[in-house]
This record gives sequence, structure tokens and C-alpha cells, in this order.
Amino acid sequence: MLFALEGVSASRRGRPVLRGLTASIPEGATAVTGPSGVGKSTLLRLLNRLADADAGAVRYRGRDVREGDPLALRREVGLVAQLPAPVAPTVAEDVRYGPALAGRPAPDVGALLELAGLDPAMATRDARELSVGQQQRVMLARALALQPRVLLLDEPTSALDSGARGAVERTLTDLRTRLGLSVVLVTHDDAQAARLADHRLTLG
Amino acid sequence: MVDVSLLEVAGALALVAVAIGIAVWERTGLERDVGLATVRAFVQLTAIGYVIQLIFDSDELVFVVALLAVMVTIGAFTARTRAREVPGALGTLFVALGLAAAATLVLVIALGVFPATPRYLVPVGGMVIGNAMTAAAVALNRLGEDVRSSTREIEAALALGATGGQAIRAVTRRSLRSATIPVIDQTKTTGLITFPGTMVGMLVAGAQPVDAVRLQLILLYLLMGAVAIAALTAVALARRRFFTAAQQLREPAAPAR
Repeated sequence: MLFALEGVSASRRGRPVLRGLTASIPEGATAVTGPSGVGKSTLLRLLNRLADADAGAVRYRGRDVREGDPLALRREVGLVAQLPAPVAPTVAEDVRYGPALAGRPAPDVGALLELAGLDPAMATRDARELSVGQQQRVMLARALALQPRVLLLDEPTSALDSGARGAVERTLTDLRTRLGLSVVLVTHDDAQAARLADHRLTLG
Repeated sequence: MVDVSLLEVAGALALVAVAIGIAVWERTGLERDVGLATVRAFVQLTAIGYVIQLIFDSDELVFVVALLAVMVTIGAFTARTRAREVPGALGTLFVALGLAAAATLVLVIALGVFPATPRYLVPVGGMVIGNAMTAAAVALNRLGEDVRSSTREIEAALALGATGGQAIRAVTRRSLRSATIPVIDQTKTTGLITFPGTMVGMLVAGAQPVDAVRLQLILLYLLMGAVAIAALTAVALARRRFFTAAQQLREPAAPAR
């Protein structure tokens, strides 16, 4: 089992959102669905330990996430947030950020941008000047630069129009087949869940 | 030596009356504050004047240290009101102000700039602590606000395997700049558009301009160091408090007002 949640309760900004959730997330692609405010994003944050549960345990491949090094976990379980958040002045620096902190050799930025469906020539641009759809792809390339085994995607297409959404979905499907990644995808779109995921976890 | 009578101080109140008149006329609602500030300045400075007189008369360094410790404490409490978004700011500020005062005073004494007597240590220590307080308050105020407004970027960096300290680096840099730029700019323009207080005081008291200028230079250079130490210490100690041991950004304890 990729992730196991055992009686997990969690709160966000002082408000309880998950109460005694027990569920498992297998390898492959899982869509987490449910109404707004039910704790979908909070659940993703527990999976890479950006937050801890108030009660219960979260296991990654059988091991309680609180037992290991959180930074190592986050490098292995990458997260792409709902809204793009560049952390460096240029696209290339953004993509190199994670591997540099990990003390790894600089990644092939052009190849990663192509993998995320972007023109490698964008490497020198300021990510903040790109469209939201392009920025979201930079966020994807940046997460892939750490060669994660699992990708957590929080509504990755919610800020995009339908054309860009379809293109990002194709990229995600393509990535899964090429890299053999497991994916946990939060979405409020049932059709998208059906298109992208093999399994489904419905909250609320 | 210059003698100032209470009558002369009372004469300066005419200008306070002008300030109150303007506040009433323009309905800024500040007339009460002007009055309060006037009274507080009178009471506080009179009291400290007598305290300093006692310390000068006793010539005991232990009283100097005690007075400076009181100043550091008051400074830390005052600066905390600007650092509401920083968890545990009071202890941080106490250390930052204490370190800035101790480091700069020990250095100037060791270098033989001033003799270690109350006449030098009290006023110079007070200036150092006052400026350090402002710098630390600005640094932590900016840090707290920026952490809250940059939550997405900070968490994005954490998600990419950054430690809290790494994730917050751009924010800490900005807060250090905000805290130290005013004293740098003040030092750049000194003598051109501002006459610093010490120099004015010495000139009025009858000192030679060259002496007044040299003492002022010593103080300006000292303040740059003190401000940098205070801001750096405050930021270095405060930034850890935003994160848990598992490198998670803490949620704000109370909603921002």
C-alpha cells in the first residue's frame, strides 16, 4: 500500500476538517474527491508532512511518516500546489532549486521543461511573467527535478481554461506512463477523476 | 556648562500649544496625544535626569548596568507591540537588544574610544538601545508580515525539501534590509539635511565644532553596528519560531488584526 491513513484527524487554521479518517491509497493514480472544505488539500499536506495529524497515523509504504526525515519524504513525495508559487527569479533557477538544496547534481532543465510540456527556451524567463497554465507546468517540472516516486497534485488545473486543462491532463497521463510515478490527485471534477485516476477516495 | 531653568522649558510649551491648535483646527484627533506626549516626555525625562544624576554621583558601574538592563527591558516590551505576528517575540527582542548594547559598549571601551565611566556609558548605552529597539521592531514587524503574505512560496520551498531557514531566506533578507536601511540613509545624509542630536547638543552646550563632529561620528558608526547586530539577532532567533521541528510552517496563533 502506498499510503495508509489510520483514524486520522486533522485541522486547518484552527478548524477541524478530517475526523477519524481511515483509508488507503494504492500505487497508481488515485483521485481524492469531495465537496469544498472537506479536507482534500489538508489530506495531501499530511502525505508529505507539510502538516501533521492531530490524531491517528499516516503511513507511507508501511512506515509512519513521523518516523523519518521530513525533507527526504518531501523529495520522494513531491507536491504541486493549487496555485503556482515561484521561489526563484527565473524558470531555470526554480527547477534547479530542489536538487541544489539536496546537494544533487544540477538537473537537465530543458529536458524537464519538455517533460512538463514547456518550450525549453522558457528557462531564462521569469516564471511570474508566464501564463498561469505555463507557471503550473513550471511547478510540475520543478517537482519532477527531484525525481519523486509519488506526485501529489492539488487541483492542478483549477486555475486553467478548458484548453489548457486538457493539455495538462495529457501531460500528466504521459508522465505516469513514462516515469512510472504514482499520483494522488485532488479534484472536485468527477469527469477529470475518471479520466486521470484508476482509484478514487471520496471524502465527506 | 549651560543652565536651563524650568521657566525656559515652560516657554517651549508655546510651540506645543501651536501643535494642539493645529490638531484641533484640522480635526486630526491628535490633540489628546500631543498633550499626553508632552506630559510623558516631561515626567520621563525629569525622572531619568534624577536617576542619571544619582548614578553619576555614585560612580558605580553596577548602577549603569542596572539602568541599561531596565532600558533593554522597556525596549523589548515596546518593540513587541510591533511584532505581534512573531511567536515568542519578547525573549527574542530581549536577547537582540541586550546583545547589541553589550557588544557595542564592550567594543568601544576595549578600543579606548570612551572611558568606562557612567558619564559616557549611560547616554551612549541609551542611544544604542533606542536605535536597536527601532531596528529590531522594524525587522520583526516586516518578518511577521512577510511570512504571512508569503505562505505559498514558503510552503512551496518546504515541499521541495528546503528547511525552514532556507525556505524563509528571501523573507529574512527583506526584513534585515528594512531594519537597517533607515540608519544607513540617516548616516549618508547626516550634516546635509539633518544635524544629529548629539552634535546639536554639544554645540549648544558650547563645545568646539570639531569635537562635536568627532563625537557624533563615533556615535553614528557605533549605531550602524548596533542596529545591524540587533536586527540580525532578532531575525535569526525569530525565524526558527515560525517552523516546527519537522520543518512545517506553523499556522498563525491568532488571526492577524
